[in-house]
Amino acid sequence: MISDDLLGSEAHWAFGTDFEDPLAGVDTTVPDDIDPAALARYCLMLGDDALVLSQRLSEWCSRAPDLEEDIALANIALDLLGEARLLLARAAVADPSVVPSLPDGSPVPAEDALAFFRSPAEFRNVTMTELPNGDFAETITRLLLFSVWRLAEFESLLTHPDAVLAAVAAKGRKELAYHRDFAARWFVTLARGTAESRRRVLTALAGLWAFWPELDAPADVEVVLDQVFAAADVSRPEVTPARGLGRECVHTEALTDLLAEMQSVARAHPRGLW
Amino acid sequence: MSEWPLYEVFVRGKRGLNHVHVGSLHAPDDKLALMHARDVYTRRNEGVSIWVVRASDITASSPDEKDPMFAPSGDKVYRHPTFYDIPAHVPHL
Repeated sequence: MISDDLLGSEAHWAFGTDFEDPLAGVDTTVPDDIDPAALARYCLMLGDDALVLSQRLSEWCSRAPDLEEDIALANIALDLLGEARLLLARAAVADPSVVPSLPDGSPVPAEDALAFFRSPAEFRNVTMTELPNGDFAETITRLLLFSVWRLAEFESLLTHPDAVLAAVAAKGRKELAYHRDFAARWFVTLARGTAESRRRVLTALAGLWAFWPELDAPADVEVVLDQVFAAADVSRPEVTPARGLGRECVHTEALTDLLAEMQSVARAHPRGLW
Repeated sequence: MSEWPLYEVFVRGKRGLNHVHVGSLHAPDDKLALMHARDVYTRRNEGVSIWVVRASDITASSPDEKDPMFAPSGDKVYRHPTFYDIPAHVPHL
């Protein structure tokens, strides 16, 4: 949830006011006809996807091909981090038993406990999100596949019986629509660019396509993807699907390394106040 | 990237009436210039509309021409509508 500090005083901004709390006026009680444990598990899936990919995208900070791309990728990382916060917070409310226990008196909120104090075997993100960045083409290709799928998933959540999840989806779909357009634009630009940029995109797609089935995307999502592929003059690679079990908390070494870096400071100071 | 063309960016703020020049950036094409402008110049909720234009497409007055271009209007006080009473309810004049 966005703190009052962030939303409250706007007088000192030159322009750029009227920030919105996506959960303003939303009934946050879990509806009776929803299984709280299942809701928490689902929120963790979507939240962990966003958290882990956000961390990967953040690794581009100061390393992107140019200043403009650096800021673009950081913006997208922050969008996903915002989605992760709302979803992890929702998971904690729906089923408090998923939240790791911390020392008595720790001021760490539940969303942070979930982000920083779970082990890799407790994360539910898909494998695609945890893979190392590779080059810019690989990052763009992953972002394309991920955001095409996630946008469709969020649009299907707009009518979810849990009002919080529906509100998170309503906020996130606008962000994801931009992520998809940004990634698609770059994907086509690279695929139709130089021989080298095309080679890199094709290599990236061949590597990532094995992880597409793990997202379990409905057919209409693949139609969107095929439109981008057609614009890029690229066809679906012929590769054997990888055995992606991220939803069942089975992960690659890459997630262990990512979390070790992301969690180290919070774990060193479990009573820290940030 | 130095080989990308330079674009000038104009943003209309939420309460602004017109687009204002906010800066410049590099981009490989017009559409990506718009996306870059969105990411670089409106990420703090500043804008509702963006224009981008290639800097090379702007025809600008030269500082060398400053006097012939602008000095002649410096003493034509009668061109200002300051001799009228403006009603209080007329905004933005």
